[in-house]
Amino acid sequence: MSWLRWALLAAVFAGLGLFAWQLSREKDEFVHSTMIGKPIPPFDLPAAVADRPGLSSRDLADGRPKLLNVFASWCVPCAAEAPNLARLEASGAEIVAVAIRDRPEDVAAFLERYGNPFTRIGKDDISAVQLSIGSSGVPETFVIDGKGVIRHQHIGDIRDGDVPVLLEKLREAGA
Amino acid sequence: MIAEFGLAALWLAAALAGLQLLGGFAGLRPGGERLAALVRPAAVLQALLCALAFVALLWLFARTDLSVALVAKNSHSMKPLIFKLSGAWGNHEGSMLLWVSVMALAGGLIALIERRLPERTMLATLGAQAFVGLGFYAFLLVSSNPFERLPQPPAEGLGLNPLLQDIGLAMHPPTLYFGYVGLSVAFSFAVGALLTRQVTPEFAKVMRPWILGAWIFLTLGITAGSYWAYYELGWGGWWFWDPVENASLMPWLAATALLHSASVLAARDALRTWTILLGVVAFSMSMVGTFLVRSGILTSVHAFAVDPERGAFILALLAIYIGGALVLFTLRAGTIAEGERFAMLSREGALVVNNVALSAILGIVLLGTLYPLLTEAFDVRVSVGPPYFNPVGAIFFLPMLVVLAIGPLLRWRRDSFERVQKPVVAIAVVALAVLAGVHFIAGVALLPLLGMALAAAVAVGSVMPLAGRSLRRLPLAVWGMVIAHFGVAVALFGMAADTAFQQERLVAARVGETITDGPWTITLAAVEPVAGPNWTALEARLEASYKGGEVQLARPQARSFWTPPQETSEVALLTRWNGQLYAALGGEAEGERWQLRLWWKPFVTWIWYGGILIGLGGLLALIGRVASDLRRRSARAQIAVRRGEVAA
Repeated sequence: MSWLRWALLAAVFAGLGLFAWQLSREKDEFVHSTMIGKPIPPFDLPAAVADRPGLSSRDLADGRPKLLNVFASWCVPCAAEAPNLARLEASGAEIVAVAIRDRPEDVAAFLERYGNPFTRIGKDDISAVQLSIGSSGVPETFVIDGKGVIRHQHIGDIRDGDVPVLLEKLREAGA
Repeated sequence: MIAEFGLAALWLAAALAGLQLLGGFAGLRPGGERLAALVRPAAVLQALLCALAFVALLWLFARTDLSVALVAKNSHSMKPLIFKLSGAWGNHEGSMLLWVSVMALAGGLIALIERRLPERTMLATLGAQAFVGLGFYAFLLVSSNPFERLPQPPAEGLGLNPLLQDIGLAMHPPTLYFGYVGLSVAFSFAVGALLTRQVTPEFAKVMRPWILGAWIFLTLGITAGSYWAYYELGWGGWWFWDPVENASLMPWLAATALLHSASVLAARDALRTWTILLGVVAFSMSMVGTFLVRSGILTSVHAFAVDPERGAFILALLAIYIGGALVLFTLRAGTIAEGERFAMLSREGALVVNNVALSAILGIVLLGTLYPLLTEAFDVRVSVGPPYFNPVGAIFFLPMLVVLAIGPLLRWRRDSFERVQKPVVAIAVVALAVLAGVHFIAGVALLPLLGMALAAAVAVGSVMPLAGRSLRRLPLAVWGMVIAHFGVAVALFGMAADTAFQQERLVAARVGETITDGPWTITLAAVEPVAGPNWTALEARLEASYKGGEVQLARPQARSFWTPPQETSEVALLTRWNGQLYAALGGEAEGERWQLRLWWKPFVTWIWYGGILIGLGGLLALIGRVASDLRRRSARAQIAVRRGEVAA
């Protein structure tokens, strides 16, 4: 039985070591999508606003790589990233969007105020598409290649330094 | 001056703890008697100084002395006095001071009254207690000084957050600490007994009231925490297997096992090393729990009080105490003489099954809680939830319940099948009848079905020890056991019934619309804005009637606080003896509809009634044990006096 006691002791010290290691390292609070490198699951969302069409998974497999922005009018960082989305659009990126748990009039007012860089906006009232592509919050931005495969995920608002990174990822995806 | 006085008292108390440690271990060697004689006085004096330091802190909070950093940060001159006082321990520094104070008081009490154990074991125990205390003194004095002054006192304090002015929240830390300190005393007794290799029934009897006390507080703490999560979070669940909940459950599981193994040791002088190990494990689990909650290494729905630096300090203490005690255990356990033997079919045998099952469940919960940390080492992020804990835990929980129903009927040492045949058959018949009845009438899932059958079995089995005995002469400890076991049946029935029969309705309703949920008919009469001191809310007026009876009002709210901005759901509960209607108001939906979540939760309140019964059973047992100890003590004193007379 004495080996059992030594095994217990070893397990306890292994556990303490695990604690110490976890405590010492930088904590990554982001939840990364497990869908990267996989084709986007099929969906078909109605339009979120009157002047832009809705979004379906077929639109994302039309041969041209795109940015897919997950946003909501009630989300403050989404407003903060608007100037950088405009810069991406000006650099030639095609950007489509999914509006999460939102109302048409609120989305319209948001786009009126902060600009509308999107060619298509789908309306996702129960976060179904958001969850299916592995996004856990707003805003998030995905790089989708021309075949509809998810290539890259950017979590949080797009800062100034992220713009060249996203353009590079788009180029790698075949733009 | 008061702050400096408190700080000085704390330093002196720490110095006395050092003396107590030295004296305790000097007492283990020949020639150390002079130092050893100082141990008991040092422990008592240390308790007095700690109490003084804590009273000083209370006084500073009562007067709202804003020149003290802790008061300025956590209090406000306009707060009601009760919340000023509870503010003293509603923060990290103050709560650590409360912890060492309770621990010092416990040590002082033991030093003052406990004379049943050999003096060497007592000295080693008090030494170990001082060793644990010193770590917390270091933590307080080095990195979390509660008496620190501000160079420039502010005009007003910062602590007027009304969210924190809640009597439940004020009582939460003391409840936990009484539990943890009780387990630290059991830990010190275990270390003391290991050092002197004197593990006797007397040792278990001395340790038992402390375990019982700790266990009562932990039981009530978990029961209250579960009810809080149920009504405050608005999700309609009563247990989420969240890391913070698991952190509270693990010490309780260990303490429950320890309580039962200490009973075997006290009554039959068996399970010696096992009881010692559980004494170490129970306190380890409370330290692990504290570490998991305060370090923030696990992502939890109630992440608060998080600070990695404090986490590192607690981890260091954890490594020293638990690592040290386990090394000692590993080296010494083989040299502790084996206890009495017993047959498998006996009271001891049943209690061994209880201990194995509780330890296995503890291991399962510990593994599930730490598993995300382990997989992160391999860059895999997982979340472990009910699909793991419920079925895997049930593998050991269900057999344990079977033994719980039968075990108390067995005799110590050796029993025969023939003797217990009748009651066992009766219990089995009740269980099978409930199983068949529920299955054919309602057709519920396997786990809740087994839960209900076993609840019936445990309910019947738990009261059987009363049969054929004079209820007036029955010792309080037996009453305690019966009530606590019956409480397990009540809580289990509540859990199973709620899981099996709850009826959930998620609707988007117009004002005036009527919804049925199980036996309830509910009309959404109105949705109105209401305002509180620091919030506004939408309040739904629901007119609910149970099976067409009298109309009762329920008013769930969706509240928005503005400092800090926060949305909360205030659920409305309509309580009947056989369950609760649980109503939560969501947001506005399209077309002037309102999102309503309604649950009819049959017998859900029995979960918490059961928890209270379990705690009450513990309290009766504690009173019974302490009273009989006191009677024995006075009887012994009388004998001593008489002998003295004879000799004279």
